Amino acid sequence: MSFLKRLKDRFQPNKEKEAEEQSAEAQHEKLDDGLISIEAFEEWEQEQIGYKFKAGLEKSREKFQNEINELMARYRTVDEDFFEALEEVLISADVGFNTVMELTDELRHVAKVENITDTADLKETIVEKMVEIYERNDDLPETVNIQEQGLTVILVVGVNGVGKTTSIGKLAHKYKQEGKQVMLAAGDTFRAGAINQLKVWGERVDVDVISQSEGSDPAAVMFDAINAAKKRGTDVLICDTAGRLQNKGNLMNELSKMKNVIQKVVPEAPHESLLVLDATTGQNALSQAKAFKEVTDVSGIVLTKLDGTAKGGIVLAIKNELGIPVKFVGLGEQLDDLQEFSAENYVYGLFADMISNAEEIDDSAEDEV
Amino acid sequence: MAFEGLGERLQATMDRIKSKGKVSETDIKVMMREVRLALLEADVNFKVVKQFINQVKERALGSDVMQSLTPGQQVIKIVKEELTELMGGDNQKINLSQKPPTVIMMVGLQGAGKTTTAGKLALHLRKNFNKKPMLVAGDIYRPAAIDQLETVGKQIDVPVFALGDQVKPQQIVTEAMAHAKAEHLDTVIIDTAGRLHIDEALMDELKDIKEIASPDEIMLVVDSMTGQDAVNVAESFNDLLDITGVTLTKLDGDTRGGAALSIRSVTEKPIKFAGMSEKMDGLETFHPDRMAQRILGMGDVMSIIEKAQSTVDEDEQKVLQQKIKDQSFTLDDFLEQMDQVKNLGPLDELLKMMPGANKIKGLDKMQMSGNEIDHVQAIIRSMTMEERENPAKINASRKKRIARGSGRTLQEVNRLLKQFGEMKKMMKQMTSQKGRKKNSFGNMGLPF
Repeated sequence: MSFLKRLKDRFQPNKEKEAEEQSAEAQHEKLDDGLISIEAFEEWEQEQIGYKFKAGLEKSREKFQNEINELMARYRTVDEDFFEALEEVLISADVGFNTVMELTDELRHVAKVENITDTADLKETIVEKMVEIYERNDDLPETVNIQEQGLTVILVVGVNGVGKTTSIGKLAHKYKQEGKQVMLAAGDTFRAGAINQLKVWGERVDVDVISQSEGSDPAAVMFDAINAAKKRGTDVLICDTAGRLQNKGNLMNELSKMKNVIQKVVPEAPHESLLVLDATTGQNALSQAKAFKEVTDVSGIVLTKLDGTAKGGIVLAIKNELGIPVKFVGLGEQLDDLQEFSAENYVYGLFADMISNAEEIDDSAEDEV
Repeated sequence: MAFEGLGERLQATMDRIKSKGKVSETDIKVMMREVRLALLEADVNFKVVKQFINQVKERALGSDVMQSLTPGQQVIKIVKEELTELMGGDNQKINLSQKPPTVIMMVGLQGAGKTTTAGKLALHLRKNFNKKPMLVAGDIYRPAAIDQLETVGKQIDVPVFALGDQVKPQQIVTEAMAHAKAEHLDTVIIDTAGRLHIDEALMDELKDIKEIASPDEIMLVVDSMTGQDAVNVAESFNDLLDITGVTLTKLDGDTRGGAALSIRSVTEKPIKFAGMSEKMDGLETFHPDRMAQRILGMGDVMSIIEKAQSTVDEDEQKVLQQKIKDQSFTLDDFLEQMDQVKNLGPLDELLKMMPGANKIKGLDKMQMSGNEIDHVQAIIRSMTMEERENPAKINASRKKRIARGSGRTLQEVNRLLKQFGEMKKMMKQMTSQKGRKKNSFGNMGLPF
């Protein structure tokens, strides 16, 4: 079985399962009378998430697909012009520069060794290599490190305007929905209106917000919050921080101080240090990830604004070069638009049409035989 | 930083070619590949890169690059010129209406920095054009966005027109325009909610606002860290609203800012401002030539010089130069110099603007955040005036006293004195070399 076929099978459930899902959906329509089983509901929910994910990526995917297909149509033979054009397609998705170079170099090698001259024959290898690159650091945990017992502290960091506070609101909503007691710490004491913004989110999702006045020491806010969380038996404490550009030494020091203060009260905290990245960011995202990783030991990425036309391909490079996995993606402005990230879904989203096209080609080839 | 500037890239290529003696057309092609990679690495959109490379290649082949002894530098020169040209030659001023009020509308994606830029712009117009600006809170969607604008307004003492978040933006703008007229405010800056360029409903809202307010300036605010998508964003906003100018924000980061080139090239609208800090006075006019150097990873010397000029008093400079000439430069003068350096801003940021600075390993980790200067200053301040005039007087027991007084170690005091002595020696050499007129500032080696 070809690689694409395997990939496709991973994503497309077989007929029986589909039927099952349909009945689950039908059951869902009768949700009012409470007859649906928890399993069926979960399955339905899962499907909804998958749908949302697909819908969110629909636009990027279409464009990416067209580009790859056009490329194949334009360049029939594998030569340097083709590789240059391929580089451009990948770079247009903001896949990191070094990662693209690595990828195309590998493809050049494969083409040479296997003597591939027809571009169509290389298509599968392209997808395969990309998935391979993303799966390279596969031992990295993609799930969020939530403690079974006691307090979980999540520190949220990033440069200005990436959507930290909004993501925190959505995260709070998610954990609240899961029945956890959530608390927020208003650590952005610098930007005008930031504390109020977090408070509004706190009201919206009905969770406590610990704050001090604007201009106060964010480390002191952290100290207050973590003590309050311990006292009130909070399950999840999510700490907001001010946006800071990663090349500002003094601001990065402030961040490490906040982390130290947290660790004084709870030595193993923060259990998660999430870096929020704007999907529209280009190569600079790598520099951001590197700098924040040094200071707060970033354990995961929240990729926001993926519902636009940006493809956020830089996450491939970040995982490849720095070993930080994406844990959440923001796909819209609604409360529940923050989804746990699945690398497979992401890569599938990028290559969905290509995979099914290849399948058709495979099928027709088999028919001919 | 992982990035290499175009200079280093071409140099490496040239080193390879050099052994062959003469530059061939193939070599130019190789160089063009380096230029291409440098631009792609800086986030310039690949389509723009392609167009640009063709242009440069033509010029390079047609010119005397191939005969030149320094073909690498020739290519850099051409690239820099073409890049500056493409980015709009000289910088363009903001559109102001003859008939008040001047209306400026801020648009852009979420998190680009519209609200902050709106505040900066208000301050800029009041300071430099003597305008009476008013800010309009048109973002009713993001929680506390109105709060943010009101806080910004308070900081710079500019009135903010807000009707809460339950009134439609169209309505807010209509009333704001009437209010500005009634209050004789001659500049209206409308802050709008961040929106995705593919969100049709929200984009239509901007169109409505444009019709209501008929702005003189529609300012697209773009994050300078934006990658390949910058083209799509700029194109959509421009197609719908026919923007009149662009502000590039967060340029105080370490991004190469290739988005600038992409935006300019697809919209052909001028980039007017650059956001350089989170503070309200951090708005600078945009300089295409400097941006060209930055995109190519070649540093930004002009900005440093300008910064120095704006903080260093010219008269003081003359006195200082005289002192250096007749070798009466004392530790006290040195103390003053350090104050000026500190006024320039954090040293590590200044250093990063220097060409080639990104090549110095460990620079990013070096903490030059003024602490070292503080220490040196503390040591000098613990000296008597007499000692500052004549450091030779400082004997062992005086050194001990100074160290105690400043809270520094004896070694540090010794080091400072030694380095100051060397500095004076250097100044002596400098002044004896005739015909070398240089900014005293540029040649001064700081003793740390």
